[in-house]
Amino acid sequence: MKFRAWLALVAGILPVILLAVVLFLAFYSEQAIHFNGWGFVVRNTWNLGNLYMDPITRHGFQVQPGATYGILFLIVGTLLSTFLALLFAVPVGIGAAIFLAEAIPSHLRTWISFFVELLMAIPSVVFGLWGYVVVIPFLSRHLFPLLAATLGRLIPFFAGPTGSGYSLLTASIVLALMIVPIIAATLRDALVSQPVSLREAALGLGATRFEALWKVILPGARKTLIGATFLALGRALGETMAVLMVSGNALNYLPHNIYDPISTMAAFIVSQLDSALQDPTGMAVRSLAEIAFVLAIISVIVNGLARLLLLVWNNGQRTAAV
Amino acid sequence: MSTVASTLERPLSKRRQIRLSRRIVSLGGWTLSGLCLLVLSVLMVWILMVVFLRGAGALKWATFTTITQGNGGGLKNAIEGTLVLSIGALLLAVPFGVASGIYAAEYPNSPWAKTIRFLADVLVGVPSIVVGYFGYVAMVQWMGWNFSVAGGSIALAIICLPYICRTTELALRQVSNDLRDAAYSLGANERRVVLGVCLPAAMPAILTGVLLALAVSVGETAPLLYTAGWSNFMWDGHLTKSPIGYLTYAIWTFINEPFASANRLAYAAAFLVTGFVLIINVLARFVLERRARQ
Repeated sequence: MKFRAWLALVAGILPVILLAVVLFLAFYSEQAIHFNGWGFVVRNTWNLGNLYMDPITRHGFQVQPGATYGILFLIVGTLLSTFLALLFAVPVGIGAAIFLAEAIPSHLRTWISFFVELLMAIPSVVFGLWGYVVVIPFLSRHLFPLLAATLGRLIPFFAGPTGSGYSLLTASIVLALMIVPIIAATLRDALVSQPVSLREAALGLGATRFEALWKVILPGARKTLIGATFLALGRALGETMAVLMVSGNALNYLPHNIYDPISTMAAFIVSQLDSALQDPTGMAVRSLAEIAFVLAIISVIVNGLARLLLLVWNNGQRTAAV
Repeated sequence: MSTVASTLERPLSKRRQIRLSRRIVSLGGWTLSGLCLLVLSVLMVWILMVVFLRGAGALKWATFTTITQGNGGGLKNAIEGTLVLSIGALLLAVPFGVASGIYAAEYPNSPWAKTIRFLADVLVGVPSIVVGYFGYVAMVQWMGWNFSVAGGSIALAIICLPYICRTTELALRQVSNDLRDAAYSLGANERRVVLGVCLPAAMPAILTGVLLALAVSVGETAPLLYTAGWSNFMWDGHLTKSPIGYLTYAIWTFINEPFASANRLAYAAAFLVTGFVLIINVLARFVLERRARQ
């Protein structure tokens, strides 16, 4: 066989793995998908049923009496924490990218960018450790009471009780810090590579340097920003360890304010597998696989979309940063 | 034209005022963006300080020489486990990753290469817990390997593979086409050109990419929780049916324990993992910077 054909064959492992991951989860959770139906995403109860009784047959499936699997609280927790994280991360990412690309001399830029972007390299469990050890005490003692006393008077979602510190807001803040460098790095690259003539034209028309940046250079990088935000979204949706350690792992609970505990789909898989294994019918483990399957599909769609946008808008050039 | 004229007709002081307001807005913009960067840097320093100061206080010689015992002891088993799992992952991922990277870089316009590139990017974005649960379902349950080195390494390899593919591709793209043309004109065939000329030229960058993948695998937790399990003992050499410890698990579990000795283990593990990951990243950056300058 020709060399090229061999390479093509070996390279095929990437699609095969991606397909294997999705298909395996789909097949494994098939029974759960049938048993749970569409109610899976609208029910707010995850209940393994009575584990001390004999399994019964319901809708043709062996389950424990009283078992219901619904993940509405996980969907709400995932969406809320991701949304809030993006709300923090996008402006900060834009600001940092602007300052790195425009205000810092280029010989310093490399190393300061590198330092900030090292945040991407820090393992997620270390973020979790940091969140658990310092952020939670700091927020629950200082920031949360302050927020509840000020913003809480105006907006119900900010009103107390301020809880233990394991909260939607804590998870969002830690998540935001993890995804900011994705946005900052990608956007900084795009800002630096904008044509100099654009800036010169704007300055020549009498714009200040910031106006040239804000009204001419930044809009030119708008598409990169959207693509990077999608990438960050994908990362935040699937983040596991850090969220697991700071979110409070709420069960069957919808948050009433930003200080309430939540759980996300990714974190829930880790926190529940041990107890799901107690279910002799295996339906609990299969329902967890259904969550993983849904998460896999969502992340493939979000990331695929992000990469496609970046690819099409950058004329086939891939981003070097992330 | 009318706006220009009307601006000119306005009294001088008013024009100054407009300029001043624009200046204030600009200054405010720079300040805000500078603040954003400052906040990020401060948080980064904060994380590093927490990890390194507390970690350095928790590290003892005994951490490296004793195994975990209940809520104390050392991390010898976890350090060994992390090395075994990561090296196992690299052994699996490097051949496939480099080969797919070569294909993606050398035949960039073929539809298959485009597909590979795209899917590698998508696979990077698949949450690590999804890979971990796939590992649990496929290897721990279906293959019946139980918690094992094989399961953990394969899960980690899936995480590493797209990174290695990507860095290899980018490294080969840096190799000048003149080199390829020269090799072909000397009569070398495709295999000779790629393996004998391009690959050696790109080798430092490829190795850097492999090192970065090693850093990723050392820092991963979620793919290992339900594939490798955890063990307080040293690895018994079996690839299947025997769980193995690793450092990131120690961080996660022992920080939640109410015992100071357990917390110390978590800090020590965080110190080792973060230190290792950062050193590799800084080294990689130096190598890549130097090559970019050449």
